[in-house]
Amino acid sequence: MSPIVLMSTPMTSVSALAPASPVVTAAGTSASAFPWLTLIGAIPLLGALLLFALPGRAQVGRALALGFSLLAFVVSVVAATRFDPGSTAQFQLGERLEWIPQFGVSYSLGVDGMGIAMIVMSTIIVPVCVLAGWHDVPEGGRRRNVYFAWMLLLEAMIIGVFASTDVFLFYVFFEAMLVPVYFLIGSYGGPQRHAAATKFLLVSLAGGLVMLAAVIGVYVLGPGGPDGFLVERLTGLSFDPLVERLLFVGFFLAFAIKAPMWPVHTWLPQAASQATPATSTLLVGILDKVGTFGMIRFCLQMFPEASRWATPVVIVLALVSIVFGAAVAIGQDDMLRLIAYTSISHFGFIVLGIFAFTHVAGAGSVLYMVNHGFSTAAMFLMAGMLAQRRGSVRISDYGGWQRVTPVLAGCFLVTGLATLSLPGMGSFVSEFLVMLGTFQRYPWAAAVSSLGIILAAIYILLWYQRVMTGPKPEGLERVPDLTGREKWVMAPLIAAFLVLGFYPAPVLDVINPSVSSTLQHAGVTEPRPTNPAPAGAMNGSAK
Amino acid sequence: MSPLALIGPPSATFTPSEVSYLSILPMLIVAGAALIGVLVEAFAPRAARFTAQFAVAMLGLLAAFAVIAMRAPAMIGVTLSGAVVVDGPALVFQGMVLLMGAAGLALMAERFGGRGPDAFTPSGSSVPGSQAEGLAERLGTTTEVFPLTMFALLGMMLFPASGDLLTMFVALEVLSMPLYVLTALARRRRLLSQEAALKYFLLGSFSSAFFLFGAALLYGYAGSLNLGEIGRAVGTVSGRGGLLAAGALLLFVGLLFKVGAVPFHSWTPDVYQGAPTPVTGFMAACTKVAAFGALLRLVYVGLAGSRWDWELVLWIVAGLTMVVGSVLSVSQTDIKRLLAYSSVAHAGFILVGLLAIDRAGIAAVTFYLASYGFATIAAFGIVLLVRARGSEATHISQWAGLGRRAPVLAAGMGLLLMGFAGIPLTSGFTAKFAVFAAAVAHAGAAGVVLTVIGVLSSAVTAYVYFRIVVLMFFSEPGGAPVDVLRPSAGGATAIGVGLLTTVVLGVFPAPLLALAASASQFLW
Repeated sequence: MSPIVLMSTPMTSVSALAPASPVVTAAGTSASAFPWLTLIGAIPLLGALLLFALPGRAQVGRALALGFSLLAFVVSVVAATRFDPGSTAQFQLGERLEWIPQFGVSYSLGVDGMGIAMIVMSTIIVPVCVLAGWHDVPEGGRRRNVYFAWMLLLEAMIIGVFASTDVFLFYVFFEAMLVPVYFLIGSYGGPQRHAAATKFLLVSLAGGLVMLAAVIGVYVLGPGGPDGFLVERLTGLSFDPLVERLLFVGFFLAFAIKAPMWPVHTWLPQAASQATPATSTLLVGILDKVGTFGMIRFCLQMFPEASRWATPVVIVLALVSIVFGAAVAIGQDDMLRLIAYTSISHFGFIVLGIFAFTHVAGAGSVLYMVNHGFSTAAMFLMAGMLAQRRGSVRISDYGGWQRVTPVLAGCFLVTGLATLSLPGMGSFVSEFLVMLGTFQRYPWAAAVSSLGIILAAIYILLWYQRVMTGPKPEGLERVPDLTGREKWVMAPLIAAFLVLGFYPAPVLDVINPSVSSTLQHAGVTEPRPTNPAPAGAMNGSAK
Repeated sequence: MSPLALIGPPSATFTPSEVSYLSILPMLIVAGAALIGVLVEAFAPRAARFTAQFAVAMLGLLAAFAVIAMRAPAMIGVTLSGAVVVDGPALVFQGMVLLMGAAGLALMAERFGGRGPDAFTPSGSSVPGSQAEGLAERLGTTTEVFPLTMFALLGMMLFPASGDLLTMFVALEVLSMPLYVLTALARRRRLLSQEAALKYFLLGSFSSAFFLFGAALLYGYAGSLNLGEIGRAVGTVSGRGGLLAAGALLLFVGLLFKVGAVPFHSWTPDVYQGAPTPVTGFMAACTKVAAFGALLRLVYVGLAGSRWDWELVLWIVAGLTMVVGSVLSVSQTDIKRLLAYSSVAHAGFILVGLLAIDRAGIAAVTFYLASYGFATIAAFGIVLLVRARGSEATHISQWAGLGRRAPVLAAGMGLLLMGFAGIPLTSGFTAKFAVFAAAVAHAGAAGVVLTVIGVLSSAVTAYVYFRIVVLMFFSEPGGAPVDVLRPSAGGATAIGVGLLTTVVLGVFPAPLLALAASASQFLW
């Protein structure tokens, strides 16, 4: 599938993407009378504490986990309806309490369009994961309750990450969420799970601690005072260029590890292949989005000058990630590692869109984060369902499964097509927007990134071919097709692909103002769409 | 101007110094309790001795703390002709020493169903298992540890409140001597314990000598031992800068030895390993608090004006302490040695905050010590409970699978280790943030460099701590069976306080930070 084919398809999203006046003077936080964001986070937190406290013989643990995660989903949807895309405030549904005034830290929550989109995506994926992990701990008892408790705790922290408008608070959630993931990987999963968990933890912690130094630096150089860590007070500062670049690198490194970008991606394939599919889904589908989210929220807004300075390097790294991830994915025999490498490729696209500094690419990136959450979740969960039936994650152990499990094969195909960005799937819209927006500024980068699409078609179709087609395998007559529970796992994800593929306008409406606001803070002007600006134009467009 | 001219002629008449008894009341209470303890040891019937000793010591500590808690504002003042300075930092440090001392004492009093304190030998000189020991076991108890601890606490309270170098030296000796003895009293692995005590004593004596020599040089420089006078002399006395720099560095040797900073840390692993575990916890927490209190006063009151002379040395010491402490902790296989090296690394982090030379630094150091002290006592308390064949299971391989055998205990240890590692929402994170923020804000480029070294060292120590977490929760139990003893109410409280502070100071640190900030003004 070449880019030209992509260009000729009808675009449902372009109309949604051309705001009459993209310049929104976004500033401040509009407070909310009801603490919606706290409530969304508190529900899974409460559920986690309850599950930790449950006695070992209680069998209701996973049902409770499902209940709490669904409740969080419902509340997040209600909160999303309270979100006004047309508002001029930078953050909405704001809450603010004094927390550590000595450090300038406040418990300050709020969301922009990107934040609310990520929160709703998370609250959709978590119940799906709970349902998918229903039988992950076959021995039951306390160990199973704790498994789901860690999941819910992780959800609470992720919501905290996406909702924080205080840099310190963000950092607290950002680092604290390592603990539940560490236990999810290290306690439940494959034979090398300890090594995988430790590697994940150390790499993340190292990045996070370097970021801590930058967080301290930002506060010391910032306005100070009891609310000196608020994002809105830290945007638009003018730092010494060298200092700003160092701070940028401190933040960016932590986010690049989390995202993960080449060359700091090495922890991901190992972690994803050792963790349970549900954990991998949470890890790649939601948690890694924190990296790209952080780049937009913090790197671009707080250090616009340094972001532009770093752009050439970041773009190159993103392109390497796209091509490298996709190329390595083709050669994988382990399905979970394959998905991990495809994600590295996809994260490359997201980062590319972020650092293209165009409205179209930015909106595409944020939409990509949402879509990738769903498509990766579906990939991991499908792989998990296959592995559960066959007892192996090696592609070479399969073949001809569409004759054994036709429904599973169908779902697999749809998921695969979503991953390779077939038109009509949500991921197509976002990938197209990223490439379109990148093309406006860096045509060469867009050209290179299109390689990733071709490679994606190869790794997905080859995978499907090796697993599903071929002669009917022997001795698998008793293997069941998708169970009712598994259908319920896949249904919301496939629905999400299609809805976002055919009608992404509502989500884009929510995302667009936050993208404009970010670009405005970053101090870049749009290249003229009819006449794509050459790569060097950025330097002239500084504020 | 000769030094004599500064001192003036000896006064003809003796004028007794003014004593503000309220200011020194907590110290008097602790001294009184210690002396009563000696009398109890001599006269109380053997059966009642343990109860009486424990009650006297604990009540003394709590009463002294109550005085500070209720009357702190009225207590502030310079008393005893400037020998004792009771100011905000002094009171906060005394309060911390008292509370941590109470927690440490509760663990020392742990009997596990026996007659006397479980960790101590009734007769250190006898061969383990010999007839002589059996006799001592039947006759004696080991309750002399309580008055010894109280004397050590007296020294620790005086240490951060010393207004002059001589008082500081006396306090240093008063706190050290009982610790040397306590170190030698381990019931199990006695040779290790006695070797540790001897090492501690010899090296400690050397460091005291350095301190004394430094005090003499500073007297030669300023003509006074009073820290305030020394501080004032820094700007006015000229031509004797060599005395000042040399004296300051020698004093630092004495104090850095006590906090266990590199290159004066080599005693820490041996002594921490050899000493009875509750004593290790007590020492790790209270000695560190007291010594940092004294170091703060020395630096901020006496030597701040001459910081250019010695700052570079302390920066290097702080950096080395963090790096060496964290790197060497990686290869440790004994949990007590591991915690010892971790305490070295923590000393480095605290030094970074101290070197801010700003009130924010004082508050940060105070907060760090509070969060580290209670947690470390609790950690050693947990080590005390894990047994293999009656003896403490200190080899970390013996901790494998502890999460299955004793989930609550292992979870507690895991929480403490996360606090040490500085994971957010634990006290360790807030404390690290406080010291690093102070350093970045007030110590210029050196503060930034130290902070970067500090965060990288934190990553290394995190590996060490999480290795234990992996062992406890992810590994299968090893060969030899490990028992977990049930602590008494006192011991459980001491451990519980450590766990509670780890969480509370992580989630709601504002009140303690406010207290530390409001009590960060030195008097002189």
